[in-house]
Amino acid sequence: MTEHFLDVKDLKIHFPTDDGLVRSVDGLSFQLERGKTLGIVGESGSGKSVTSLGILGLHKGGRARVSGEIWLDGEELVGASAEHVRRLRGKKMAMIFQDPLSSMHPYYTVGAQIIEAYRIHHKVTKKVARKHAIEMLGRVGIPQPDRRVDSYPHEFSGGMRQRAMIAMALSCDPELLIADEPTTALDVTVQAQILDLMRDLQRDFNAALIIITHDLGVVAELSDDILVMYAGKAIEYGAAEDIFERPEHPYTWGLLGSMPRLDREPTERLLPIKGSPPSLINVPPGCAFHPRCAYAGRTGGLSTTAVPELAETEGGHLVRCHLSREQRREVWATEIKPNLESA
Amino acid sequence: MTESLLSVQGLEKHFPVKKGMLQRQVAAVKAVDGISFEVYPGETLGLVGESGCGKTTTGRLITRLVEPTGGKIVFQGHDITHMSQGKIRPLRRDVQMIFQDPYSSLNPRHTVGAIVGAPFRIQGVRTEQGVKKAVQDILALVGLNPEHYNRYPHEFSGGQRQRIGIARTLALKPKLIIADEPVSALDVSIQAQVVNLLEDLQSELDLTYVVIAHDLSVVRHISDRVAVMYLGKIVELADRKSLYESPMHPYTNALLSAVPIPDPKGRSGRERIRLQGDVPSPLNPPPACRFHTRCWKAQEICKTVEPVLTTHAGGHQVACHFPENAPAPAVEATV
Repeated sequence: MTEHFLDVKDLKIHFPTDDGLVRSVDGLSFQLERGKTLGIVGESGSGKSVTSLGILGLHKGGRARVSGEIWLDGEELVGASAEHVRRLRGKKMAMIFQDPLSSMHPYYTVGAQIIEAYRIHHKVTKKVARKHAIEMLGRVGIPQPDRRVDSYPHEFSGGMRQRAMIAMALSCDPELLIADEPTTALDVTVQAQILDLMRDLQRDFNAALIIITHDLGVVAELSDDILVMYAGKAIEYGAAEDIFERPEHPYTWGLLGSMPRLDREPTERLLPIKGSPPSLINVPPGCAFHPRCAYAGRTGGLSTTAVPELAETEGGHLVRCHLSREQRREVWATEIKPNLESA
Repeated sequence: MTESLLSVQGLEKHFPVKKGMLQRQVAAVKAVDGISFEVYPGETLGLVGESGCGKTTTGRLITRLVEPTGGKIVFQGHDITHMSQGKIRPLRRDVQMIFQDPYSSLNPRHTVGAIVGAPFRIQGVRTEQGVKKAVQDILALVGLNPEHYNRYPHEFSGGQRQRIGIARTLALKPKLIIADEPVSALDVSIQAQVVNLLEDLQSELDLTYVVIAHDLSVVRHISDRVAVMYLGKIVELADRKSLYESPMHPYTNALLSAVPIPDPKGRSGRERIRLQGDVPSPLNPPPACRFHTRCWKAQEICKTVEPVLTTHAGGHQVACHFPENAPAPAVEATV
């Protein structure tokens, strides 16, 4: 048992393939409370989407090897039966996918898809469920919901589709909502509308929200806590302010340096990370980030041989790095921060 | 003022919509509807806008990949608007394009050497020490290993593929490069590498860029001047500093305030402009000012008289009846 609403402990999701074992998620732990938002950030292949599917139990019955523990409101999900997790899915936990056009059924109206989900979890007549669907569509800001409920997904614009998707996810009042790149496919003005909507709805429904994205701006807008993933592991985890104001992992520095920012004077040059993310079949030994890390040489050779532990640096801020806390703080203060802010 | 490298005047592209057995034209998608701008040697012009605003079509018109239906394109004094394929071929050396998706823009059955060497073959360019040497030099220039000459695209990561695409455009030492979303398909850390590479190449080889992108922060980083497009029109065109610091068009204001800022402390204090709804269809754009359906400043005149792109102080061009000179006071749009 655990006192957290969602408590993920040492979650591992491995896929056996012909080329070897793919360790998509390799020992991930985090906690989340009701009404709070966790942002999971990482590049493609870092294991962030696999994590979300794992929590929803969508790897059950597949080839994935899942181990560890996922506690949701006092219930353990990794060991639970697929049928039991299926009953929780939709009602207790729900997901918003990246691309609403490919995750909605093109043959059924939007309304029919919301009604179906609602009636699986509630013993109500079609008429009542339809009323509920119209109410939900109105709730997420779709104009004329009583007419649009009979539209097909292709008749909606991208932003409207994403709204309909959110209405579907929220129709059974889930307590845990996972949004996987919810705004990546959208234009910037529509993205702002959807982010506002998600923030308002979360407040009203008091749900726990996990938002998965590669966009640090989106994460900063919504998250209370942030988890940075690299090659299937958490490399930095802490309060949003700590991650943005006092990041301690060289990879997080790299992400911040790679990103031009509108809120600051333009910098002369971006400070990218060299190389590219590793293949998950062939993760580098020791610290997975060491081939790309500019500071690996300062660890006395440790980074190529030993996997660093995710250790607390201060007040719930966890970092997986061989550099000492003093080294990291000095590098951040003298080498990284001034370059990020220089005009 | 120096002479422009590329001059676009009243450029139009209307895609016909055909219907029925006789395939009669019933309507037109006005993808690009009368835009004019100049590109000067050595500068980077950014073209931003949301999907469907016509920025990609503009790029393809300039490179003559689609045939314009109106207006004029002048490159280095030559009118290339309707120049025949045969006549334009020599000019293709000077105008090249970088595509968005490094996965679909490289032929999977050709080696890197064949891909980057193709321009030499097509243009019949002879090089002193053979094509292979020239290709390997270019590969080294864009940060790839020259020994990878015989590899295939699938052996490379996304960032490396984009470098191959860049190497191909550089092969014939072009003057003007049109880059259509050159980094949007790449991971954040790789984006920065490619952006830096583009900047290095520009100063090394004296290139002129037109960069088409939807990411406003990337465009600010690399551009000297920026044009904002909305539904086939340029609504604002200015140098980077004045566009980002004192945008005059309400749409530019709204775009800028919609960009999420990576600063968790600032999120409560920011005042934003929220636009309602989506971009209208270019099949049936609103009359007069095309932005009036989403604009909070719209008056009667905006629905009847189309604003023209007029030049204000400092060469800041804007097409609006009620432009804002200073950074806009935050107006809460009703939601």
